[in-house]
Amino acid sequence: MEIQFKNVNYTYQPDTPFENKVLHDINFTIEHGSYTAIVGHTGSGKSTLLQHLNALKVPTTGSVWLGDYEVNASKKQKALNDIRKEVGVVFQFPEAQLFEETIGKDIAFGPQNFGATEEEALRLAREILPVVGLDESFMDKSPFDLSGGQMRRVAIAGVLVMKPSVLVLDEPTAGLDPKGQLEMMDLFNRLHEEEGITIILVTHQMEDVGKYADNMIVLDAGRVVDQGAPKQVFKNQKWLQSIQLDVPQTVEFANLLAEKKQWEVERLPMTLTELADGIVRRLEAEKQVNGHG
Amino acid sequence: MDKLILGQYIPGDSFIHRMDPRSKLISAVWFIVLIFMASTWWTYGMLVAVVLFATVLSSIPLKFYLNSLKPLAFLLLITVVFQLMFSQGETVLFELGWVSITQEGLINAVKIILRFVLIVIMSTILTLTTTPLEIADGIESLLKPLKKLKVPVQEIALILSISLRFVPTLMQETEKIMNAQRARGVDFSSGSLIQRMKKVVPLLIPLFISSIDRADQLAVAMTARGYRGGDSRTKLRQLTWTKLDTTVMLVFLALTFGLGIGRYLF
Ligand SMILES: Nc1ncnc2c1ncn2[C@@H]1O[C@H](COP(=O)(O)OP(=O)(O)OP(=O)(O)O)[C@@H](O)[C@H]1O
Ligand SMILES: [Mg+2]
Repeated sequence: MEIQFKNVNYTYQPDTPFENKVLHDINFTIEHGSYTAIVGHTGSGKSTLLQHLNALKVPTTGSVWLGDYEVNASKKQKALNDIRKEVGVVFQFPEAQLFEETIGKDIAFGPQNFGATEEEALRLAREILPVVGLDESFMDKSPFDLSGGQMRRVAIAGVLVMKPSVLVLDEPTAGLDPKGQLEMMDLFNRLHEEEGITIILVTHQMEDVGKYADNMIVLDAGRVVDQGAPKQVFKNQKWLQSIQLDVPQTVEFANLLAEKKQWEVERLPMTLTELADGIVRRLEAEKQVNGHG
Repeated sequence: MDKLILGQYIPGDSFIHRMDPRSKLISAVWFIVLIFMASTWWTYGMLVAVVLFATVLSSIPLKFYLNSLKPLAFLLLITVVFQLMFSQGETVLFELGWVSITQEGLINAVKIILRFVLIVIMSTILTLTTTPLEIADGIESLLKPLKKLKVPVQEIALILSISLRFVPTLMQETEKIMNAQRARGVDFSSGSLIQRMKKVVPLLIPLFISSIDRADQLAVAMTARGYRGGDSRTKLRQLTWTKLDTTVMLVFLALTFGLGIGRYLF
């Protein structure tokens, strides 16, 4: 499903002294099957924007198109369950949503709300556990006896089990150990590549943006200040730094090489492999020049 | 969540904002006592004038006071209907079957509305112009004499200010968890009463757990920073009683005399 924001503005507590305009004239399109990263300094409005993606928030003015369903302030919202089944949202620190006695029941909560029988929902829950890297023995454990990282996995399973076609992730790896982070990001990438799920990822990890995303939206103080392919956006390191954002370390490394040693390797390596390949190519070219000279 | 006005402080620098929370608390309570002393129309008129004057002095738009009345409108309506239907009187204005509305009933109803509205607006002035923490400080200071009777005033005040401090946090948390459960297909606003009560479980349990976690963390943090109760604690926020506060107290004293004398004369 394609997602489109048209002139979206959002104000918290409008018409009070606490009025707080958080989103300003947001326009963008997220194509079906894409992997979009949303980045921005803390407080730039990312989480607020995400809540528009499954109609938890309605724009103060403007409209959000979710497929061919329009969300705007002047319309009575119906069929929201169809939308929420289609767009799965994993919020920041999702482990706070766990409440059931057993992990199995907690994961089965979503499908049951969307009309599955208890039996069917539990079967789905059992199937989804290995996907997030937990085995079936977890089904009957209490979610509150788990470590933080395991709770995170259960919470994510609770969203994946609804088989959404769009998966929205708000800093899903914050606070996980490095191995756990890698496993999580790999999982989302697999879902994207193997099942064609549209991924929308909010993150502060520019390395992840470079490695996985094919589209990138940059927010600053509630405005979209740039969007496009990460390779395009990361070209401007100075400007990104001026809005408190970074480029992937690989890009920074390549930029430093160019600046300090006049070494023109691959200019925008998004991954370590690309950087290494670039350096190897560069070294080989140099060897050839030296060899001939 | 955004609509809750009770306990919503609105920053400002009006006369009322500048008053000491203690004199504001005393005034509010005193005013409520005065309302119950009022009997004749001109005494009501005087109290209405006081409230109007105070709302103007607070420089907060009238809209906020009206909003504070809204949630209570239903309660008010029921009281008035009962008052109209069941009060006895001689001058019957209107009769329908066994219900008769008398002039006395009508007058009583109007007086009840007036009292109700005056009390609500007066307490709203207090909460709109005073931060919850100031109120807690004020209460602590006013309760201090009770310490002689071994009432743990400081502990009570600490409990009060911690609870007040965490009300907004709790509301944010509630909204977050509601959002997460909505995303999993819960529709909190539909269904029968029993269904709705069931839907509260996925909200309450996570809230409970996070509150207990937070209390634990707070206790650890306070201990780590060497918190000890008792008399040796000094205050970060000092309360200062100024001429303004004394003046307000004198005004209330005058009002009380006025009303008292009025009761005997008329
Ligand atoms: N419930 C609310 N009421 C009022 N203002 C809010 C509310 N939630 C967020 N805001 C404000 O909206 C702005 C954007 O918040 P948001 O949570 O969307 O930022 P963010 O980009 O997700 O930040 P972070 O990276 O820290 O998660 C902030 O200035 C915040 O103070
Ligand atoms: Mg956020």
